[in-house]
Amino acid sequence: MAILVDQNTRLIIQGITGHQGIFHAKAMLDFSTNVVGGVTPGKGGENVHGIPVFNSMEEAVEQTHANTSIILVPARFAKDAAFEAMDSNIKILVIITEHIPFHDALDIITYAKFKKIRVIGPNCPGVVSPGKAKVGIMPSKIFREGNVGIVSRSGTLTYEIVNAITEHGLGQSTCIGLGGDPIIGTSFVDALQMFDGDDDTKEIVLVGEIGGSAEEEAAEYIKEMNKPVFAYIAGQTAPPGKRMGHAGAIVSRGKGTAQSKIEALRKAGADVAKVPEDIPKLITEKC
Amino acid sequence: MKLYEYKAKEVFAKYNIPVPKSVVVLEADEFKGEELDFPVVIKSQVLVGGRGKAGGIKFADDLNEARERIDVMLNSTIKGCKVKKVLVEEKLDIEKEIYIGITLDRSASAPLLLASAEGGVEIETVPEEKLFKKHITPFLGIQPFILRNLSAKLRLSKEEGKKISKIVSALYALFDREDAELVEINPLVITSQGEVIAADAKLIIDNDALFRHPEYEGLDEDLTPLEKRAKQKGIAFIQLDGDIGVIANGAGLTMATLDNLSFHGGKGGVFLDLGGTDDPEKVKEAILLMKDAEPSVILLNIFGGITKCDTVAIGVKDAIEIGKIDIPVVARIKGLNEEKAKKILRNAGIVAVDTIEQAVKEAITLGGR
Repeated sequence: MAILVDQNTRLIIQGITGHQGIFHAKAMLDFSTNVVGGVTPGKGGENVHGIPVFNSMEEAVEQTHANTSIILVPARFAKDAAFEAMDSNIKILVIITEHIPFHDALDIITYAKFKKIRVIGPNCPGVVSPGKAKVGIMPSKIFREGNVGIVSRSGTLTYEIVNAITEHGLGQSTCIGLGGDPIIGTSFVDALQMFDGDDDTKEIVLVGEIGGSAEEEAAEYIKEMNKPVFAYIAGQTAPPGKRMGHAGAIVSRGKGTAQSKIEALRKAGADVAKVPEDIPKLITEKC
Repeated sequence: MKLYEYKAKEVFAKYNIPVPKSVVVLEADEFKGEELDFPVVIKSQVLVGGRGKAGGIKFADDLNEARERIDVMLNSTIKGCKVKKVLVEEKLDIEKEIYIGITLDRSASAPLLLASAEGGVEIETVPEEKLFKKHITPFLGIQPFILRNLSAKLRLSKEEGKKISKIVSALYALFDREDAELVEINPLVITSQGEVIAADAKLIIDNDALFRHPEYEGLDEDLTPLEKRAKQKGIAFIQLDGDIGVIANGAGLTMATLDNLSFHGGKGGVFLDLGGTDDPEKVKEAILLMKDAEPSVILLNIFGGITKCDTVAIGVKDAIEIGKIDIPVVARIKGLNEEKAKKILRNAGIVAVDTIEQAVKEAITLGGR
């Protein structure tokens, strides 16, 4: 079953003719994702790796019956691209772009709530369901089909953990990168709910970091779950008041510390790993 | 980007939010005393909180006293920040102090309007039942009912309610149009004459929105010179207390590497996130920046998913040659083209190991300062 993206995904790539667009269009195709079109205003009629390019989202969705879109455009154009996608009857929108002003993200996510559209990101690596589809920029080689659901706020750290899980002989149902920004469309709780209802997912790995209270809210939900949750929290030694690379990774006014998150997750019954490499071991020990 | 109080008050004035009559002073004898009525308040312009308790706010009854205090303040340090400017303001005749702030509620993905009849204290210390809290829907902004409810909760008189409602609406317009992350008036003073004036101003602008606010470019920020240089190069770089310089790709991985270091008894001196690049030029820049931070050892942790390990290695090698770097470098590099990468690194005299644990232990041994 997997969640969010699978064989039924019909994907449009917004910004397909850019450097990132061309590279990742190929990678998503090679992962057997059903990429049905791309959009770059002014470049309609061209094609990228055989994928037709359209001038507008409206035209692209009309021609291809796409249900999902991924945004790979620069930050200052991302809000416009997101609104265009949401007004064209897309159901799932994955925003990869980093450095989107947070007032733009607020507008995007507020509108998505009104239109009941699932937004993943911004500033995220996307979603991968191994063997089915990849809507994102995660490296394809590290994945293997399996039953571990992964949800994370970071990119490379997630790849590292996915890779460790695969090397340990396990595999993934779906891996979601939520994004490193303070304002994001999908939260840990949203992802946990989806994994909880997914037959393919037997265990869940949560990769959090300092800043905000999304992990504490996740802990409240984990208390009610039957599936085992394994967690890692980055930034245990980060100084307060500094943004640790991600816009959302900041301990401010004593809130959002790693210690508070780890404690909440442990109390809720999750296994919290000391270092990321320990996660696969914890899973096989318990399951 | 956090703005100095005087700068924030300039922005407030643009939105017709009343602020005290004031002058900004860089030298004590610049202050002539003609522009303002005494008594005055002398406020150090620093970007740290709690400056009042740290001696950063003083009062003066006449010109001599004012100059003396300005002079002392301009030569002082408040909580580690050197005072370069002071703001001299007419002292307000305070009847009542309230709090108004608009911030970002990450959990709700919405702006949050906060108000309290107990201003002048840290808002975190005000009991929940005394706070007015309302999430604002971005497309709707401040609606009249929100202002009515705010006035009722703070038990404002009709006249006060009218004036403060105008200020709250202006503050939200500022928050929205200036791309603010946080805007706060604490305290908002009601004077004995019934005037409402913003005695303090806190304003943080979203760095990612600066492209549409060129007027904030180049403002003095709370960054070290190296952090400034990194910012210009688009590298996430933070100086920490320890001695080991950590370079990794991805914010999460860099944080995790620093954490791992501390579990083994080491202490990170620099957080440097390369991001998703494998451009040897950018890698070279990063290493040279790291060199100038003078760590005892450099710990490199790369996971190459899409990033190619060998091109990262070329950047590292080039930097070591060009920068004549004699600081020991320990690398853990894994993923795409890792064998090629390790060979390049080892040929450049770098210790290249397979696991992060090995790398961390090796770095601590080599650093040992």
